[in-house]
Amino acid sequence: MKILVPVKRVIDPYVNIRVKSDQTGVETENVKMSMNPFCEIAVEEAIRIKEAGKAEEIIAVSIGNQSCQETIRTALAMGADRGIHVLTEERVEPISIAKILAKICESESPGLIISGKQAIDGDNNQTGQMLAALTDMPQGTFASKIEIDSEKVKVTREIDGGLQTVNLNMPAIITTDLRLNEPRYASLPNIMKAKKKPIDQKSPEDFGINVSPRVNILKVIEPPKRQAGIKVESIEELVEKLKNEAGVI
Amino acid sequence: MTTLFYIEHNNGKISDQSLKAITATTNIEGDVHGLIVGSNISDAVAEASKINGLNKLLHVDDEAFDNVLAEKLTQVMLNVANDYDYFLAAATTTGKNVMPRLAAKLDVSQISEIVSVESADTFIRTIYAGNAIATVQTTDAKKVLTVRPTAFKAATTDSAECEVVNITAENIPSISEFIGEELTKSDRPELTSAKTIISGGRGMQNGENFELLDKVAEKLGAAVGASRAAVDAGFVPNDYQVGQTGKVVAPELYIAVGISGAIQHLAGMKDSKVIVAINKDEEAPIFDVADYGLVADLFQVLPELEQAL
Repeated sequence: MKILVPVKRVIDPYVNIRVKSDQTGVETENVKMSMNPFCEIAVEEAIRIKEAGKAEEIIAVSIGNQSCQETIRTALAMGADRGIHVLTEERVEPISIAKILAKICESESPGLIISGKQAIDGDNNQTGQMLAALTDMPQGTFASKIEIDSEKVKVTREIDGGLQTVNLNMPAIITTDLRLNEPRYASLPNIMKAKKKPIDQKSPEDFGINVSPRVNILKVIEPPKRQAGIKVESIEELVEKLKNEAGVI
Repeated sequence: MTTLFYIEHNNGKISDQSLKAITATTNIEGDVHGLIVGSNISDAVAEASKINGLNKLLHVDDEAFDNVLAEKLTQVMLNVANDYDYFLAAATTTGKNVMPRLAAKLDVSQISEIVSVESADTFIRTIYAGNAIATVQTTDAKKVLTVRPTAFKAATTDSAECEVVNITAENIPSISEFIGEELTKSDRPELTSAKTIISGGRGMQNGENFELLDKVAEKLGAAVGASRAAVDAGFVPNDYQVGQTGKVVAPELYIAVGISGAIQHLAGMKDSKVIVAINKDEEAPIFDVADYGLVADLFQVLPELEQAL
């Protein structure tokens, strides 16, 4: 079985976001970039499935500008076998990403596609579900546990209020939540080895997909700042303020 | 223009999240039709039919929908999709699971977790975990949107009953099956609908110490939450998590205990009306957003707080 893992390059989660002064977006020039944390979890899970002898090959896919090759290399250094880079300078929306991934699924026929539940830049939480729709595959979103049993995959999902377990026919699409696993760091020898692993370069046109955005970003602004309040000296004072000043207890 | 709004329910009650999210439709022209699915849910159907602003309620009465799976619910909406211009649901784990699947079937670029409707095609949503606010305009003819419930006031359910139409579920795929659910048992309110929340962070040191928060929560009728650090450390389950990757909340009172205030946590709670921070590190960034800060050892002051309430 092959596992396809889409990976996205985003601003590093520990970097403070700066909104551009012309309100066109968020500053990404000279900002540290990393693999989206949920995608790291997806790569890790694919590797664990392969290590358990239930998959033969892991393909990491990234869609975006030339620098996305670095993100694919990170996945290869963690343990993916080969990469596909779909080169485009456009801002690609989830629907277009899903369409490209659906085309790749046609040619690669993976048994599982494991993606992050959302990217921490756009916070869309759409791509996995959209890919499932376009390929008519079942979906196990927000997964905290994955158990493969020949033709089916059992997915424990993080839902509001607890956990839900579903059984999906394979091929299936799974999106990762935080507790699924803790991603490994790539070792230096594996980083060196990853440089020799193949990355196939494609363009959206190769798949016949028009990636022009359908949603225009009119304006991006900073959220209103919250003012720091006062320090209290004791629980007594705190309770008094909450009762009489704020009136919330 | 007609809107289809997916209404969630549990234990015979309409979800508070849905009641809040449906308020977003008041700024969209035209009729609003609700969709509710499940068998033996007459109480929920009766309540839903009285939601203020609803013109019609579609009900799928079918045992196949005792548990809602995305593959099935998407098909239900697709079956009636020709009649609608807007498709909305609350951005709950159900809404987030189903709506993008529908959007892709309709070849629509979904707009997720809107916090405001500016016009027929323009919406406001947060990006980068609330660190930036984007105004976006869609060019798609049909619009698929999820709504962040905390941004809207709950609709009332005291209108005259609207028309209820039973629809049959056709062409339902059977590529997935429901196995079970394990819901966190708690007598206290749900995080996303609680008026008061007390959350613990890494400073709690272990899961057992969350009992200190439980005791205070009991007194306040509050929900208990946690930072991602506390969830990552295994102190509490993930459904406690408040933040960018967890739940976004906006209660009247939010008490952060032993939480440093990482960007990712602030993103999930900074719209709370009153924020209290208790932390022994006076430099902790959480104090920058707190209305009331107490620099203290939480193990000493939590029992005091419980006593004082």
